[in-house]
Amino acid sequence: MNAPGDAARQPVRVLIAKLGLDGHDVGAKTVCRALMDAGMDVTYTGLRQTPEEVAAAVARTRPEVLGLSILSGAHLPLCRRMKDALGAEGATPRVWIVGGNIPQQDVAALEALGVDAVFPVGTPFETIVDFIEREARS
Amino acid sequence: MSDEKPTVPPVHWESGLEIKPVYGPEDVERSGGWDGIGRPGEHPYTRGIHPLMYRKRPWTMRQYSGFGTAQQTRERFDYLIRNGQTGLNVAFDLPTQCGLDSDDPRAEGEVGRVGMAVDTLADMEQAFEGIDLNRITVSLTINGAAVPIMAMYFAMARKRGFALETLRGNCQNDILKEFIGRGTWIFPVEPSIRLVGDTIEFCARHAPKYSPVSVCGYHVRESGASPAQEMAYGLSIACAYIEHALERGLDIDQVAAGITFNFDIHGNLWEQVAKFRAGRRLWAKILRERYGATSERAMKLRMIAGGGGGGLTIQQPENNIVRGAYYALASALSGTQTMALCSYDEAYTIPSERAALLSLRTMQILMHETGVCDTVDPLAGSYFVETMTNEMEKLIVEVMEQLAAEGGIVQAVAEGRVQAEVNRQAYEREQKLRSGEIRKVGVNCYTQEEEEPEVAFHPFREEEAAEQVRRLGQVRSERDGQAVAQALEKVRAAARAGENVMPAAIDAVTAYATVGEVCGALIDVFGSYDEPIRF
Repeated sequence: MNAPGDAARQPVRVLIAKLGLDGHDVGAKTVCRALMDAGMDVTYTGLRQTPEEVAAAVARTRPEVLGLSILSGAHLPLCRRMKDALGAEGATPRVWIVGGNIPQQDVAALEALGVDAVFPVGTPFETIVDFIEREARS
Repeated sequence: MSDEKPTVPPVHWESGLEIKPVYGPEDVERSGGWDGIGRPGEHPYTRGIHPLMYRKRPWTMRQYSGFGTAQQTRERFDYLIRNGQTGLNVAFDLPTQCGLDSDDPRAEGEVGRVGMAVDTLADMEQAFEGIDLNRITVSLTINGAAVPIMAMYFAMARKRGFALETLRGNCQNDILKEFIGRGTWIFPVEPSIRLVGDTIEFCARHAPKYSPVSVCGYHVRESGASPAQEMAYGLSIACAYIEHALERGLDIDQVAAGITFNFDIHGNLWEQVAKFRAGRRLWAKILRERYGATSERAMKLRMIAGGGGGGLTIQQPENNIVRGAYYALASALSGTQTMALCSYDEAYTIPSERAALLSLRTMQILMHETGVCDTVDPLAGSYFVETMTNEMEKLIVEVMEQLAAEGGIVQAVAEGRVQAEVNRQAYEREQKLRSGEIRKVGVNCYTQEEEEPEVAFHPFREEEAAEQVRRLGQVRSERDGQAVAQALEKVRAAARAGENVMPAAIDAVTAYATVGEVCGALIDVFGSYDEPIRF
């Protein structure tokens, strides 16, 4: 058992997933490394996950943070399904972030689905780390 | 000579080699001498694979293109050909690349998005109707699903009256690099290599002018490899396919003649030039010394050198137009056979017609206005270039030998070791970009406050995806279902028996079996790939 107050020092648990058929995984994997270097407990799903598979993994492992990486342009249909799948599993992570090739014009639509932050290609690692540290512990 | 050390800060190439401020003849001597330069068109082809290079035949221009349905893609093809493009390089959508039909639930939202949707022979027929396939050569960017797509291309060509014996063109079909980067694998590693072997064998026997494999250092580089590693991994992958084909009793001259290469061009200009000159020389030596090749064609490293996506930036996207021009120059100075450039908007989206045209014009300006085609390998004899070509060759050999000592490329890929290594480098590179150690204009220097990119996103139209699904449904309802089922059973039987699957695949797609059905039949026998996750 952890003493009260120790919770803040537990590593944040993050699930990084590649949704859909997109094979561009350099970003997802480098972000995994950055989060690991920041002391987080990171699991990476590998390519070609369906929203349903990812939701099941969230329900099973209960990470504080779910991060999706999508560069194919299919982020809106995939995140719509992701939202439904998370709802069906009753497994809403504390923080849901999306990274990749996301046009500014789609950010509001993603946020309306429940995405907490969008980190487009080129976002500095520290921006992502800081956001997670702040939001996952709030 | 003065013994004074230079007082300038050291400079290193990405591959790790240190660059001196000044080079002289003694550097060439020390690095291995002048003997390896040779003459253009002669072994070991350091200066190029043809005696007259661009004076006789300029490079082929082949922009990567495709989106939506076959009809839409065809319109872009026609536009590019009308504007002077001399080859086609087909982009397929992700469902096609992953061996899924457009009506598969896993394809939802992805049909026609990043390339042309192909489900059946009908799509292939529509895409190339009326195009002279031996004048405009076609490059098929397909890997995991290469068997059904190549089968469809051959079936389409046959129906159009082109004899396979004389058909030109090439297929990417480099599955080992898909496991490292790009990710459109379908089957486990071993059967995947066997399927590449089937296509090599089939082409060697029936389509000898067709190049069944284009080995891609490109995507390994894009995944984080240095230029020296890009060449080393690429050549190691090519050796793996060759060795597999030789085990089948095929002739080295025939097999090697069917293998071409695809390399990247971003980064230090001189490092690219040295990489290509060294790689060409090394490949010729490997073919002759290790495999006993005797035909010139087998020993010539033929390539597309282009793209450069990894060098382009989201920030200040118009800067990418300028980068593209420098990359094109690197490619021409390296003696490429084919060139393609990533378009300036490609860091964001499928290139617009305007962006694709600018890439084409960039290559045309280079070809016709700069004199770059006037003389062969104009950099030859430069103390710097020849020294670094020698140094790069040694470095590439070192990486290849280390890889071989650790069990070879196939094992390294299957265990995820190459993937982990290149990703570690990608991470370090990103950190150096953040710290400013690597300078990138618009990213970590000369940045602008107002960064609203003026890039129009390629529209994705749901109704076109729906049209593709409808079209597929129509083909399914009109074809002879029993004939398809029988043909697919023959694909399974060939796969099971260790026979070449290509003849059965061609019969199946001719009967309008889908990409998903042919891949499904092969999965029934081989299973699916299980990605190793390793950091």
